[in-house]
Amino acid sequence: MKKHIKTLNTRDLKKSKTTGGCGECQTSCQSACKTSCTVGNQTCEQFK
Amino acid sequence: MYGDMIHKYKNNGYNIVLDICSGAVHVVDDCVYDVLDVADDLMKQFGQFSVMDLMGAISLACQTEEGSKKYSVYSTQEISESCEEIAQLISEGMLYTPDTYEDSLVDYKKRQTVVKALCLHISHDCNLACRYCFAEEGEYHGRRALMTPEVGRRALDFLVENSGSRRNLEVDFFGGEPLMNWDTVVDLVNYGRSLEESNNKHFRFTLTTNGTLLRDDMLEFINEEMDNVVLSIDGRKEINDLMRPHRGGQGSYDEIVPKFIKVAESRDQDKYYVRGTFTRNNLDFSEDVKHLADLGFKQISVEPVVAAPEDDYALREEDVDGLLDEYDKLARLYLDYRRQGKPFNFFHFMIDLEGGPCVYKRLSGCGSGTEYLAVTPWGDLYPCHQFVGNEDFLLGNVFEGIKNTDIVDEFKCCNVYAKPECRDCFARFYCSGGCAANAYNFHGSITDVYELGCKLQRKRIECAIMIKAALADDEEGDMKK
Repeated sequence: MKKHIKTLNTRDLKKSKTTGGCGECQTSCQSACKTSCTVGNQTCEQFK
Repeated sequence: MYGDMIHKYKNNGYNIVLDICSGAVHVVDDCVYDVLDVADDLMKQFGQFSVMDLMGAISLACQTEEGSKKYSVYSTQEISESCEEIAQLISEGMLYTPDTYEDSLVDYKKRQTVVKALCLHISHDCNLACRYCFAEEGEYHGRRALMTPEVGRRALDFLVENSGSRRNLEVDFFGGEPLMNWDTVVDLVNYGRSLEESNNKHFRFTLTTNGTLLRDDMLEFINEEMDNVVLSIDGRKEINDLMRPHRGGQGSYDEIVPKFIKVAESRDQDKYYVRGTFTRNNLDFSEDVKHLADLGFKQISVEPVVAAPEDDYALREEDVDGLLDEYDKLARLYLDYRRQGKPFNFFHFMIDLEGGPCVYKRLSGCGSGTEYLAVTPWGDLYPCHQFVGNEDFLLGNVFEGIKNTDIVDEFKCCNVYAKPECRDCFARFYCSGGCAANAYNFHGSITDVYELGCKLQRKRIECAIMIKAALADDEEGDMKK
């Protein structure tokens, strides 16, 4: 437990190098936007 | 000399530190925040440091007037603890994580891609005359046309044939206004469903509409078959009607609002978006989001216009500071409404820190030209809907397949490491290099970036992470009660 730092729960991108890449996720633009590219808001299909 | 490995910023009372390459997010106190300035210098100079190095560097910094003023407000114990905790995070792989992805991940040009999504331009015609429409009232620099069921069916066959082992396939009915060709929409959904079992595929259909032609029987079908519906509305009546008039000039707000409320409620306020565009006419766009939230919509997306600089409604560089403040204002509104028990989702503030995409996805770009293609009413293929009508980007057609593989290769290589501006940007794992069409429209190259859009994107990510920090605080507060 740190006194000065609070860490939020996040997916470790380094570890996703070994577990990711299945390609089942939604294409980024095929969401609400159609004029910008955002991937951070998508949820990995493996976590759904 | 090493580049930026962390991004730290203050927002709404929170000190936030993002470890760019691991994705770790830390909320820190003022002492750690200030100590990180020295840590950052050490890291950039030497690529590593110990607790003793850091303490020593702070002592040295305190010998200057500026450093003394900055660090004398903290006790020695606070500084020592902060240094220890920073070093601990580094040893845990959650701070100053090096970027090891570029060399080790993939050879982008050689990577095998499959087509997994199509944007079907079911109607190159529209009954509205929105002033900012990149489709030029549906015509896309070409002729008015409706897609026939034959072309549409062939497009779905093409998708199945080119999707490899990928099961979930996405098809968006887009326009122009898709409801102007409703019978074909129904035909294609039914045809798609008939392909599913024998090919081990599942279609996820979406529809984007201005709502004016929407009937109850259409809504019933949409609710049964469409995974997502995008409902175009810009917000306040005067804002919407200024940019989204009928061809005769009369506004569309009054007729679409009751219909959209009905859609939202009939879908249990889920799996839809009311989607607006903000322009120079409504730089105070948080008021439009608020208006949509006050109408009862829970899924809201309001996005910056992409326009040629000479358009009077185009966003300008001088507008940026105000727009950044507007996003901050919207983030506070988002939290206020959530705390008041009337939450709404804002598409650009959604961020999935725990279950977000893997690094492959984050680095591979938006998918246009490779995984995602647009199909014109007569079956031509383009890298995405925004390139439709630009003959330089014609890839082939659904009957003969992709002919112009050079363009596909170009899009395959379009990722954050191909864009000099992205390489050192903290947001690169969240936006994946941004929109290729925007970059092309502004600079004539898909591997360039649209700077104004980048500035807004970075702010949205900062706000989205701040919101996560605030909500984590709220949850902690609830647990303590």
